[in-house]
Amino acid sequence: MFFYAARRFGLALLILFVAVTVMFLMIRAVPGDPVQIMLGPRATPELQARLTAELALDQPIIKQLMIFYGNMLQGDLGIDVFSGRSVTTIVFQQLPHTLWLIFASITWSASLGIALGAYAAAHPNTAIDRAAAAVSVSFVAAPAFVVALLSLLIFAVHLQWFPAIGAGEGFWDRLNHLVLPAFAIGLSWVGYIARLVRASMLEVMGESHVRTARAFGLSERRIVLIYALRIAILPVVTVIGVGMGFLLSSAVFAEIVFARPGLGKLVIDSITTRNYPIVMGSVLISTGLFVISTALADLINAWLDPRARAAR
Amino acid sequence: MSDTLLELDCLSVDYETSRGDLKALRDISFDVKKGEIVGIVGESGCGKSTLISSILRLTAPNTRFREGEIRFKGRNLLAASEKQMRDLRGADMSIVFQDPMQTHNPVLTIGRQMLDIQHRSRSPKAEKLARAARMLGALGIPDPEARLKQYPHEFSGGMRQRIAIAMALMSEPDLLIADEPTTALDATLEVQIIERLQELQREMNCAVLFISHHLGVIAELCDRVVVMYAGAVVESGEVREIFHNPKHPYTRRLIDCDPGHIKTRARVLPTIPGEVPDLAALPQGCVFRDRCTQAMPHCAAQVPPLSKLEEAHHAACWLNHGEVPA
Ligand SMILES: Nc1ncnc2c1ncn2[C@@H]1O[C@H](COP(=O)(O)OP(=O)(O)OP(=O)(O)O)[C@@H](O)[C@H]1O
Ligand SMILES: [Mg+2]
Repeated sequence: MFFYAARRFGLALLILFVAVTVMFLMIRAVPGDPVQIMLGPRATPELQARLTAELALDQPIIKQLMIFYGNMLQGDLGIDVFSGRSVTTIVFQQLPHTLWLIFASITWSASLGIALGAYAAAHPNTAIDRAAAAVSVSFVAAPAFVVALLSLLIFAVHLQWFPAIGAGEGFWDRLNHLVLPAFAIGLSWVGYIARLVRASMLEVMGESHVRTARAFGLSERRIVLIYALRIAILPVVTVIGVGMGFLLSSAVFAEIVFARPGLGKLVIDSITTRNYPIVMGSVLISTGLFVISTALADLINAWLDPRARAAR
Repeated sequence: MSDTLLELDCLSVDYETSRGDLKALRDISFDVKKGEIVGIVGESGCGKSTLISSILRLTAPNTRFREGEIRFKGRNLLAASEKQMRDLRGADMSIVFQDPMQTHNPVLTIGRQMLDIQHRSRSPKAEKLARAARMLGALGIPDPEARLKQYPHEFSGGMRQRIAIAMALMSEPDLLIADEPTTALDATLEVQIIERLQELQREMNCAVLFISHHLGVIAELCDRVVVMYAGAVVESGEVREIFHNPKHPYTRRLIDCDPGHIKTRARVLPTIPGEVPDLAALPQGCVFRDRCTQAMPHCAAQVPPLSKLEEAHHAACWLNHGEVPA
């Protein structure tokens, strides 16, 4: 397991390296002089020259890349053009808000989705199964920003059950502020995960080893919850790991709608002001999150499934 | 109380399919006495697995029990509640399923699975694990304590088969059902396992319903044999009778081309020319007629009944009926 984990994270680092390099080159390939865009048309040539030198834009591209990685390894993602603060500090200030939001969203939606799916699979073609299917499909069809707006209007503005904006102070207040955005992001996942678990569960329940478990008189409850579910959630773990990209983009919407601090809001704000170092830093962190979450998903799968451990 | 443990009485089982009902078992009758070993032979697809999963009522969802009874210790299992069936499974009757590679849960250790099947026992966990290790040892798995910590994919097919047998015997059942439990083994191992099974069977005095493709194994192990063809019993009787004095052309063909006779071992039952009839559209009369060299006009008209020829020897063939009605 240790070697597996080490190898998997090695791979994650490699993927991160490739992704960040490609991104770096893509941003540099965008037409137009970034310095001019950042400083505006009325900046003096001296000012432009200073910023160009600061951002190392006058160096060959390979050199720029090396400087970028060199700084990155020291935890330096550059300086915010406007405030002069370190990008690393700014990004890591916002990161926890987004992480909590994603974590809360996926926790509630995965637990509910898995429970619904497992229940539906254990009672296939009953009224409850059909109802779950109908609800699931309608949940899947609901985009996060629509749910975010509607829940904001209904639960925050009209009913006033939950706060409408911000992230809150102190544990309980923060939690209270998390409810609506996490609901909005997670809702479509509930249905999706429920459908996935149901299908995968039905397949596993038809496998020979389940028949063996039944042939020894094990209770149906034990068979479903321990013998089958552990195999049936393997694809779900992978889907959630890969789905981190979607979660991040839903988080952007939720952060805008609920005016929450976070990576999403940071990226949007800095794009509108062409604050490239911040954009680059946030995108780098998001990519890192994505790569880490897929690696984590693989590790969880390896922990759940001994065959995956052996295969690699 | 009689010494009959299991009785199948005119059992007919269909599979519902899109092509219509597939008559997988028709009018099956035979019994298994306490402590007796009964073998079932027959070509692939003749309904052996359907038969044994029906006994445990662990059949595919499209299975329909059309007629007949399965009585275990006098009680009709087809009328028993799901709870009553669950109480029997893995306690009074155990089963070794056909495919050893798929039979264990892939994500739980063998030890965990062997622990779980002892859910009826109140012994402490350590004792249950020790029992599991002893049972694996009895079936010739070396270093059983350590191997309990391993997962199914870390064992070879032959070992998994032995683990399956060990698990089935753990509750000391009254009836052990084994579906081709030696097919995944090589010849020497097969002999070893059969001998171990025989010893354990005598020790526990359990009855065994043993399915095999291998007539040699059946002859070695069993007291009685049931020969099946296309979902029906064509002949049944004591092993010596069946092998020395077969009364059904199908049985004779099986014995004639048995690997034991032709001195080379084969993994599958030797093939007999012709094809098994389509179970969804059975022909009139005897099902073996098309492949039988001794078929008579009457065979096309009427299904031959499984009739008693001698004490404990039944066959379903018109050849055994002195005068055949024209
Ligand atoms: N769930 C099912 N639905 C429809 N037909 C089935 C189903 N299960 C089995 N059958 C068919 O029923 C017949 C009997 O199958 P069964 O598995 O009992 O044969 P078998 O004697 O065990 O064969 P083998 O020696 O290959 O294991 C076959 O024709 C098979 O194709
Ligand atoms: Mg079979």
